[in-house]
Amino acid sequence: MGADHDDRHHAPHPHGRALRLGVGGPVGSGKTALTAALCRALGRTLRLAVVTNDIYTTEDADFLRRAGVLDPGRIAAVQTGCCPHTAIRDDIAANLDAVETLEERFGPLDLVIVESGGDNLTATFSRGLADRQIFVLDVSGGDKVPRKGGPGVTTADLLVINKTDLAPMVGADLTVMSRDAAAVREGRPVLFTSIRQEPEAHAVAEWVIGVVEAWAHGHGTGPRGHGHDSGSPGPGHRAGSPGHSHDHTPV
Amino acid sequence: MSAPSLNAALLLLADSRLPAGGHGHSGGAEAAIAAGAVRDLPTLAAFLRGRLATSGLVAACLAASACALAASSAGSGTAGDPAGAPPGGWAELDAEAGARTASPAQREASRVQGRLLLRTARRIWPSPVLDGLARAVPEGAHHPVALGAAAGVAGCAPGEAALAAAYAAVTGPATAAVRLLGLDPVAVHRLLADLAPDLERAASTGSGAAASPASVPPPRTAASVWAELPAHSAPALDLLAERHLRAGLRLFVS
Repeated sequence: MGADHDDRHHAPHPHGRALRLGVGGPVGSGKTALTAALCRALGRTLRLAVVTNDIYTTEDADFLRRAGVLDPGRIAAVQTGCCPHTAIRDDIAANLDAVETLEERFGPLDLVIVESGGDNLTATFSRGLADRQIFVLDVSGGDKVPRKGGPGVTTADLLVINKTDLAPMVGADLTVMSRDAAAVREGRPVLFTSIRQEPEAHAVAEWVIGVVEAWAHGHGTGPRGHGHDSGSPGPGHRAGSPGHSHDHTPV
Repeated sequence: MSAPSLNAALLLLADSRLPAGGHGHSGGAEAAIAAGAVRDLPTLAAFLRGRLATSGLVAACLAASACALAASSAGSGTAGDPAGAPPGGWAELDAEAGARTASPAQREASRVQGRLLLRTARRIWPSPVLDGLARAVPEGAHHPVALGAAAGVAGCAPGEAALAAAYAAVTGPATAAVRLLGLDPVAVHRLLADLAPDLERAASTGSGAAASPASVPPPRTAASVWAELPAHSAPALDLLAERHLRAGLRLFVS
């Protein structure tokens, strides 16, 4: 970590840094597969880095490195001590450190994906860590899951319902899932994917490009204006970077 | 008889909910459990006593001195010019912490936790003293040094900083053992309560050993006092830390 810490503010973005995109969801729903898909789809056009939050050792990071979708150095692993939700919501220090280390080493970047460890329906990212978040479900968990709601399903900026190819085998009704998700999400988008059949997840990648472009043009707070209530006027606070002052804490 | 006043900021610093990355570390407990050395309440109690008597006591002494150094830096205006050279003392005290941490894995874990704590503390208690520490030790100050510095900036006394360091030395592994072994959390807290007199003794030792440039009369120097701080070692903890780093399956960073 002995990098040049004075060189933190080099990114050309109006926010001074890359968009941070959280990818969360239950165990086995396809978070790592989606992250790999986004690296495949976007790795040639966007300057990317990935932080994984592994439950055991560095399995997800190793999977991504083996998949060869991104320079292995651009993938950092955070260990969460049995508590994946803590590391992305209540105590984001290790994740912020990993994100900033990647930005120092490879920056300026356009996008840093933070993939959470597999957790439950209540796990969401702190707005102090992720500017946008995707929640990933899969059809094999049952078509009742969107109806059950929970903060991940209801508040994520994008809900992805993966493994649609399995729907006939597990008796999941995609129409029901789509209707129920729409009912609890107040117009926020829902995308259906089968990453096994379509390994670049184009629809999700397009959504990500949209939010990265909006971020790069300074329209960072988005329709829900999340940034202003995070209450973090830290030492690095700068006018014109709403709610993201923590990102500029010099080390 | 009036109770001694305790700085409320100490409670924030000692709270496991402080968002400073501590939840990802087991203080050697995960490796001890994997090795079979900790498997139930009695073995956990022995582990915690051993840890407190060795690395816990050393951490308490380092934290107390860091607290004293922070207080003297703030008071004397030697926190350092933001644009200039790092202030004196921090690199020397941090080197004493490194010299007392034999295992490279533990040194790295200590630096990571110190860096994360300092990151958090600088937002909670913004101060040129903490900025100076970050500048003086850019790779990340050792955890007891960062903890003591944060405590000093928050207005705590060296003994309070030492108490927080000793407390962290046992509560981290205790919580990890609850998660990993499924131990009764109330029974584990009773173990911790039984350790209270030992925690207070460690804090008292730390407080007595604390030294800053302002408190050491010439011809002695603070650095010469720091060199004489307790240096108890725990070779088993060192070996477990090294083994943990190479474990194929682990939940905690350290």
